[in-house]
Amino acid sequence: MAENKQLKRVDIIFSEECGFKEILSDALKMDNEKIVDELLNSGLRGRGGAGFPTGMKWKFTAQEKGDERFIICNADEGEPGTFKDREILFKVPYKVFGGMAVGAKVIGAKEGYIYLRGEYKFLLNDLQKHLDEFHKTLDALDFDFRIHIVTGAGAYICGEESALFESMEGKRGEPRNKPPYPTVSGYKGKPTVINNVETLVYAFMICRLGSEKFKELGTDDSRGSKVFSVSGDTPIAGIYELELGMPLQDFVDEFGDGDTKAVQVGGAAGFCVPRKKFKDTVIGFEGVPTGGSMMVFNSSRSMFNVIHNYLEFFEEESCGQCTPCRVGCQQLLLGVEAVKRGDKSIDYLDELLKLSQTMKLTSKCGLGQSVANSFSSIVDNFREEMIY
Amino acid sequence: MINLNIDGIDVSIEEGKTILDASRKAKIKIPTLCHHEDLCVAGNCRVCIVQQEGAKGLVAACAMPVHEGMKIHTNTMEVRRSRKHIIELLLSEHNADCTKCYRNNNCELQSMANQYRTGNEMFLDLVPEKNYTIDQSSPSIMKDDSKCIRCQRCVRTCENLQAVSALAVANKGGKMKISSFFEKPMHDVVCTNCGQCINRCPTGALIEVNNIDEVWEAIYDKSKHVVVQTAPAVRVGLGEELGFHAGSRVTGKMVSALKRLGFDSVLDTQFTADLTIMEEGTELLTRLKKALVDEDTSIRLPMMTSCSPGWIKFSEHIFPDFLENLSTCKSPQQMFGSLAKTYYAQQRNLDPKDIVSVSIMPCTAKKFEADRPEMRDSGYKDVDHVLTTRELAIMIKQAGLEFMEMDDQKFDSLMGDSTGAATIFGATGGVMEAALRTAYELVTGREVPFENLNIMPVRGMEGVKEAVVKIENPVEAWKFLDGVELRCAIAHGLTNAKKLMQSVKDGKANYHFIEIMACPGGCLGGGGQPIPTSQKIRDQRTKAIYEEDMAMPIRKSHENPDVTKIYQDFLGEPLSHKSHELLHTKYVKRERY
Repeated sequence: MAENKQLKRVDIIFSEECGFKEILSDALKMDNEKIVDELLNSGLRGRGGAGFPTGMKWKFTAQEKGDERFIICNADEGEPGTFKDREILFKVPYKVFGGMAVGAKVIGAKEGYIYLRGEYKFLLNDLQKHLDEFHKTLDALDFDFRIHIVTGAGAYICGEESALFESMEGKRGEPRNKPPYPTVSGYKGKPTVINNVETLVYAFMICRLGSEKFKELGTDDSRGSKVFSVSGDTPIAGIYELELGMPLQDFVDEFGDGDTKAVQVGGAAGFCVPRKKFKDTVIGFEGVPTGGSMMVFNSSRSMFNVIHNYLEFFEEESCGQCTPCRVGCQQLLLGVEAVKRGDKSIDYLDELLKLSQTMKLTSKCGLGQSVANSFSSIVDNFREEMIY
Repeated sequence: MINLNIDGIDVSIEEGKTILDASRKAKIKIPTLCHHEDLCVAGNCRVCIVQQEGAKGLVAACAMPVHEGMKIHTNTMEVRRSRKHIIELLLSEHNADCTKCYRNNNCELQSMANQYRTGNEMFLDLVPEKNYTIDQSSPSIMKDDSKCIRCQRCVRTCENLQAVSALAVANKGGKMKISSFFEKPMHDVVCTNCGQCINRCPTGALIEVNNIDEVWEAIYDKSKHVVVQTAPAVRVGLGEELGFHAGSRVTGKMVSALKRLGFDSVLDTQFTADLTIMEEGTELLTRLKKALVDEDTSIRLPMMTSCSPGWIKFSEHIFPDFLENLSTCKSPQQMFGSLAKTYYAQQRNLDPKDIVSVSIMPCTAKKFEADRPEMRDSGYKDVDHVLTTRELAIMIKQAGLEFMEMDDQKFDSLMGDSTGAATIFGATGGVMEAALRTAYELVTGREVPFENLNIMPVRGMEGVKEAVVKIENPVEAWKFLDGVELRCAIAHGLTNAKKLMQSVKDGKANYHFIEIMACPGGCLGGGGQPIPTSQKIRDQRTKAIYEEDMAMPIRKSHENPDVTKIYQDFLGEPLSHKSHELLHTKYVKRERY
């Protein structure tokens, strides 16, 4: 907790003094290959959670044949415990637009979309005003590109990229089979880049900072910095841009309340790390990745309540199309309740753990595949709390 | 060609195919539930998961395209355990009261559960948690949500194959269910009653409304004279339910069985199919004359067939401006019904109130059609009970008949004789072909200029077919048709029908005569036919239909002696006052939503 041990703060995303118009006009003059090379060299990986290299995504889409392509900003920030995209869109929306414009230039898109989480509709008016200004800037730079904002209706699943396309196309938000991937067949079946809000800002800023500068931060597998949403039993809840690759212990030392028993890294779809593993856990793609959510729990919290809450969430937010996710979530939820009540024996937890592994192996999309993350990490580490 | 290896077996298959396709080629069986060859890929039940070397997790064989060098394992410990889990999960949501289920012994989930020996390690029973409902409001289709496994085959059938979208997915998570449009009851929703959803349902969630007991009751009632009619497609489908391979013609055995069941008279819808050709053919020629000679602009062309009640209801909902284009002819089932209680009653000296008229149909929409208020021209309900091919098979089993061993018998007389032209009503293009065989000959005095009367351009499984028949040297009465090219189109399956009708509506197509059947392949692929139905099975039934046609001594409707007789004795002539009264009908505009 000593203040001199404070984690390094980074100020790339929110810094206002960046010379936005200059970056934009410079970036739009850069070679597409150069931009892609810079992104690849920077090691930037998607900040939504899955961590796909951004440069590759842009490169693949640019290589696809076809007259029409799209760039989409995924602002359906629905992961429990994440609220950093909201802040980015509120504070530096023009950087998000800038990232989209650069991406559009690289892949050859004329239209871009921001899929805004339904609950963030309060941002819409301001966002649209900023967007109108931005379009004027684009016109002044003689760059033919337009961004449209569409809003979701509150379904968590629509943050999954292919469900998001379905939703945008006016259909029920259900994930598609993959392949084909969005770079080949995304929105309206056209080659599409879909990036998280934060990723687009980093991509934009890398055009200014250069990849080498970006790479100075982070580790080999997790280059650069990341915006974290810190919540739970912490005296300093909020949004922090930190270097990637930190040991979780350092994070707890700074953000915990001195009595931290577990940190849920990556939201309900992420992993629960218990106290005994803080030292050995690295926050990053080589360790435990996160889309930004860091939920801190102290010893007053019941981990049964935590997993019960997550399962209730998944049981409701599963789109319901695939069996392992739809029924699996119901079984896990009712299963832990039955064990708690004593209707099922303790051994039934092992059956449920096996079931969660089946869900991980067989679910159609990331939602069902990741339920096991929190389920097994909580049940394994806090088994006694599931029973007593 | 793409080369891959499945369970140690090398397979080559075209690009774009899936692991499932490749495994079938290699004769390796991967179980499926949501997959159906008539429908687009869903990949949502996940029972077809397999291990692909190098892939994260397991992959759905039905949805994963093949690629060069792929190595697949279909039977690993992990695959087997996961698959068993998935089946158990499905069962936990499913009302598995199998002995009370209509689909007992013909249920894909049941047989899979049996193979995987699910049982003791079952998960919690979720059925009591759910507020499952049974929708019995429709005269044709019963929807029992407690049997549903949410594979969405019905939704894809209704939307993609039939362009109706009466069925849709509602809610999410544990509450996700297959619902109807705006959660309306099946009776009120825009549904054509085609029953294609029933044919593709892997379980008993969608079944036809059963009328077996009513029919038994009528048979046992000594005061009733029960007549039965059988549609053309039934005789090439029924065998599948009773031990024969697909494409077996069981006409004679079916007649024997119906007689053994106790029907007082076993008659044939094909008789009224021939009659339909007389009425509809004359109607077409009359319309052509009024349009071409009299230049009557009120005459609507193209004329469209009206045999398929699914198509009729579809056009009432979707193309209400084209109802005057529909032939006013009732379907053969309904022509038969009204004649059974008038002509037949008269000839047999029976009081029509004592006649119970039953029809055996490959169709579930026929149940709705028989209930239409327009269908009471005899003064009674023209057709009292409609049974599907499947229901007839059940009656035959209930009666303990050894169907495969039965002898071949002939239909009873009066309304039991028919021609090959009537038989082919059961296949897409068949009504068109039968009409052309007759109309061409009436107009020119010569047989249609096709070898063996087989008008090949109107046959086959293409979604929309076109044919042009040029009329040359007609007889005096039809001189005005000399040189006219009669332009015909045929569509089967309502998505194809919609496509065709849209082009007519947009003025992009200019036909004289259109045949539309609601079901893929025509009636032989009807919603009341044996389950499963697949393209291969439809092809086999089609082959059987055309064989049956070739085997008939008479193959043109106008040469059916019983048809000649009914015009002499009762109706007068085609489109006479009497035939208008009994054999023709009106349609009603219905709402789009």
